[in-house]
Amino acid sequence: MNGSKPNTDIGIFAAFNALLLRDLRVYFRSRGTWLNPLVFVLMVITLFTLGIGPDPSALSTHASGIIWVVALLGIMLSLDALFRADFDDGSLEQLLLSPQPLYLAVLAKVLAHWVITGLPIVLASPLYSLMLGIPANAIAFLALGLLLGSGILSFIGAIGASLTVSLRSGGLLIALLTLPLYVPVIIFGSQFVQSAIEGWPLMPTLSMLLGLLIGAIVLAPIAIIGGLRLSQDS
Amino acid sequence: MSTEASNHSTQTHISDEPSLVLDSVSCERGERLLVECLSMSLAAGQGVRIEGPNGSGKTTLLRVLAGLSQQYSGAVRWCGEDIRQARAVLAADTLYIGHLAGVKALLTPLENLAWWVSLHIPSLDPLSKESLLNALTQVGLQRFANTPCHQLSAGQQRRIALARLYLSQHRLWILDEPFTAIDTDGVALLEQRIAEHLAQGNMAIITTHQAMQIEGFSSYCLDKVEQKEGGGQ
Repeated sequence: MNGSKPNTDIGIFAAFNALLLRDLRVYFRSRGTWLNPLVFVLMVITLFTLGIGPDPSALSTHASGIIWVVALLGIMLSLDALFRADFDDGSLEQLLLSPQPLYLAVLAKVLAHWVITGLPIVLASPLYSLMLGIPANAIAFLALGLLLGSGILSFIGAIGASLTVSLRSGGLLIALLTLPLYVPVIIFGSQFVQSAIEGWPLMPTLSMLLGLLIGAIVLAPIAIIGGLRLSQDS
Repeated sequence: MSTEASNHSTQTHISDEPSLVLDSVSCERGERLLVECLSMSLAAGQGVRIEGPNGSGKTTLLRVLAGLSQQYSGAVRWCGEDIRQARAVLAADTLYIGHLAGVKALLTPLENLAWWVSLHIPSLDPLSKESLLNALTQVGLQRFANTPCHQLSAGQQRRIALARLYLSQHRLWILDEPFTAIDTDGVALLEQRIAEHLAQGNMAIITTHQAMQIEGFSSYCLDKVEQKEGGGQ
């Protein structure tokens, strides 16, 4: 018999794994979902190189800012899909009614989404670093900054996605809700890359990014759960 | 089932015996008041069939009882505790199947069930395929266990959701139109499963437009006019 207290020994981690694997499976079977943000980022950066012109010094001056803004937009555009399919087919109801801790379920969902949107952007960063003329010794730091930053962007963006999932067209509203919250990430993220290029101390901005990431992982799921519960009342 | 206008004797009733008590529950959707001051109680082994024309608030009421919707006044008590406070207790004891099947089209029936089991039946290992295959066999999908769901018909996708009934040990089933898109034989099997569930001392709340022949079931009509005249039975 299932008692009133859920068996929490293996259940929590089994549920976390099952959710993570199931979401990754769904994403990989719907080809394109994981490719779209990456292709978007590569195309916009190509447009920047064409627009600014072939002058390497002009490109590399603005490179860190361009990369961060484009990565931010790429992740933001993919966010609408985070809870939409689950909302439409009823999986979200089953998730919300689960006796398992929702906190972990939300962590798993955002993590899976980051793996297919944020991670490819991080892994491809050497490619567009070369396109924008970022010095070779700064490429690793750019990737590190993007690794931390894309995680923050995914978690903050997921709050917007959870609040707009019950609206038919939430796309632009997500942008309006999350862009103000993205400001610190952009400031410290591009500052980190700039520091690496110029040889300034890295620790201050790196610790800010780490702090923001930890804060986002700890606090964002609470807001996301609230948003998802609200979506069931509309 | 009792459907008195306000049943105050149940208010202080707290016991281990599972029971669902609705205390003057009203819910609205949009601006319309759909369910007005509904009081009823459900004890072990009892089932209730909620009837009413389209748009009379059956789904809205079921979503409130499952703990999905918070937009209601009055109180719903599960085993004596208000479900607003005791959400986790209700979640552990309840199986809800709504209009939306909660079945991912890109996954196979087996994968869909494994995901659901890991969320809702922590005592069962989601990777042990035996019990999952058994449940799929019960709903006649054993041959399609590894076929992506988007290749299955609407009725078959519905059957995946209903396969949960054969895995569930929840004490309360809340089923919203469970027989939609299910063929006659399937409906008979499901009725048998629901009767079994009640015979084990559990409860069920079902909305359906089809006639059901299950012992221990009473029906309640959500038609507003009838309700004002005394309603019930």
